[in-house]
Amino acid sequence: MIDFNLIPVLPEIFLSLIGMGLLIVGVTQGNVSTRVLCWASAAGLAVSGLILLSVGWDTRSVLNGMFIMDKFAGFMKLLIIIGLIASLALSVRYLLQEGIERFEFPILVLLAGVGMMMMVSANNLLALYMGLELQSLALYVLAAFHRNSMRSSEAGIKYFLLGALSSGMLLFGMSLIYGFTGSVDFEVIGKTLGGLDRIPFGVTFGLVFMLAGLAFKVSAVPFHMWTPDVYQGAPTAVTALFAIVPKVAAMGLLMRLLFEPFMAAQDQWVQIIYFLSLMSMFLGAFAGIAQDNIKRLLAYSSIGNMGYALIGVVAGTAVGAGSVVLYLFIYMIMTAGVFAVVMCMRRQGLAVYKISDLAGLSHHAPGLAYAMAILMFSMSGIPPAAGFFGKLAVFNAAVAQEYYVLATLGVLTSVVAAYYYLRVIKVMFFDEPVDAFDGPQPFARRMVLFVSILFVLGFAIKPSVFVASSMNAASVLFAG
Amino acid sequence: MDFFEIGLSHYLTLAAVLFTIGVFGMFLNRKNVIVILMSIELMLLAVNINFVAFSAYLNDLTGQVFTMFILTVAAAEAAIGLAILVAFFRNKGSIAVEDISSMKG
Repeated sequence: MIDFNLIPVLPEIFLSLIGMGLLIVGVTQGNVSTRVLCWASAAGLAVSGLILLSVGWDTRSVLNGMFIMDKFAGFMKLLIIIGLIASLALSVRYLLQEGIERFEFPILVLLAGVGMMMMVSANNLLALYMGLELQSLALYVLAAFHRNSMRSSEAGIKYFLLGALSSGMLLFGMSLIYGFTGSVDFEVIGKTLGGLDRIPFGVTFGLVFMLAGLAFKVSAVPFHMWTPDVYQGAPTAVTALFAIVPKVAAMGLLMRLLFEPFMAAQDQWVQIIYFLSLMSMFLGAFAGIAQDNIKRLLAYSSIGNMGYALIGVVAGTAVGAGSVVLYLFIYMIMTAGVFAVVMCMRRQGLAVYKISDLAGLSHHAPGLAYAMAILMFSMSGIPPAAGFFGKLAVFNAAVAQEYYVLATLGVLTSVVAAYYYLRVIKVMFFDEPVDAFDGPQPFARRMVLFVSILFVLGFAIKPSVFVASSMNAASVLFAG
Repeated sequence: MDFFEIGLSHYLTLAAVLFTIGVFGMFLNRKNVIVILMSIELMLLAVNINFVAFSAYLNDLTGQVFTMFILTVAAAEAAIGLAILVAFFRNKGSIAVEDISSMKG
């Protein structure tokens, strides 16, 4: 039976049309329209989010089984849309301040968004590849967006070369899986592997290559090399985007891939993910200590955070998957707030990135300093901030499956990582004040910061709402 | 003379060898970024050989369709890579691998 129902794909179709339409506006109106285009893209994303909420999240696969819409995909897409709106809201003034207000920016963000939404809905290796490449190609350009800055173009080259290598490895893995299971469809792969006594060597080999490719995208150690350099070199608006959204999409993709088609090969992939998770936590905690650039610090922090999120994947249960979704949700909103503060760090019209530049912030801008302090407490996982609940959920899921070593090491590394988060607070409140930052801050930036703080502090009042919705979303991965 | 008959395993070996050359080309090459772009292209073409060989072996067209998509995306990828490289060359005046190192730590 051929199903031409396109209703579940409507949010993506709408977003692509908006993207192309705004591209025409940008080409005819030139760079003066950037500001309008940014807000129009954010509005388009919001509308696409409303469409997403109204298409129904029952499990349905369309386009010959290539595209699946279920509660998991719906929830992840909602996170992606929220993250994209937040990063666009943060970007508008930043682009103006840096003199890079070119109209391609919001359009590339939209196209990357379409790619990310395809990724979490992919139910077929081909759809997965197309979504991933649409996202990656847009992000390569964004990393090099400040084309007159040497660092930005260098970040672009590094991200491109390593990203292309990871795509190559992913594809090589896919070709082996196609050859040894005879299909690119997730359901057929799952059924084929489920019916075998033992997993063929070729499939294991292919799975290893695919995981290596995907580990690049979530910046898990030992495939993290690009992260600090790209975070440092790319314009801060782009760094914020990199830190907030693609991680959510790549983790969503990874979870669907491992829990649906490759659940039968759990013994094989659990060891790999275990290793990735452990290494990421360690590197994120220890390498972050020596950093004096706040963007590099946040890069190592994101590597470490991906390590914690992967703990939930190792658990391999519905609760584990739900805890990963919850972790990503909290991480995303915290990070948006942190980057709102990083963007405020400007003196005499120039952006400054040293941690020591924050010295005496409590003196000049107490509101900003307290906001950053709350976010840093949350990042280091100190209750009652939201970050604590995310860590609690993944450690709980791991302990329930008797991964005691992993959970214990996770707690220990998060103590080590707390050092560099708390150091930021110490610099802000107790160091000798330096000059004040340029002010006043734009409305959108303050708004993002405000919402982020509200979430971080308000989470503890009724955590069950968020926990229940994350668990509910992830449970469909284990339904069949 | 079964040994001389070209079968699936020959194609897979060829693809694996080409892929390995591509990966090594990326890491061992210390001269020029263009060579890295060529290595990436080599890796993707190795994957294509794999897909077409499996497609013929399984008597299933999906692999060849996949190859068409990979070729298209590889072209787009090369275009973007070269564009970023041009932007870098304008800033730095060089595309030597050793010059892509202003950030460390």
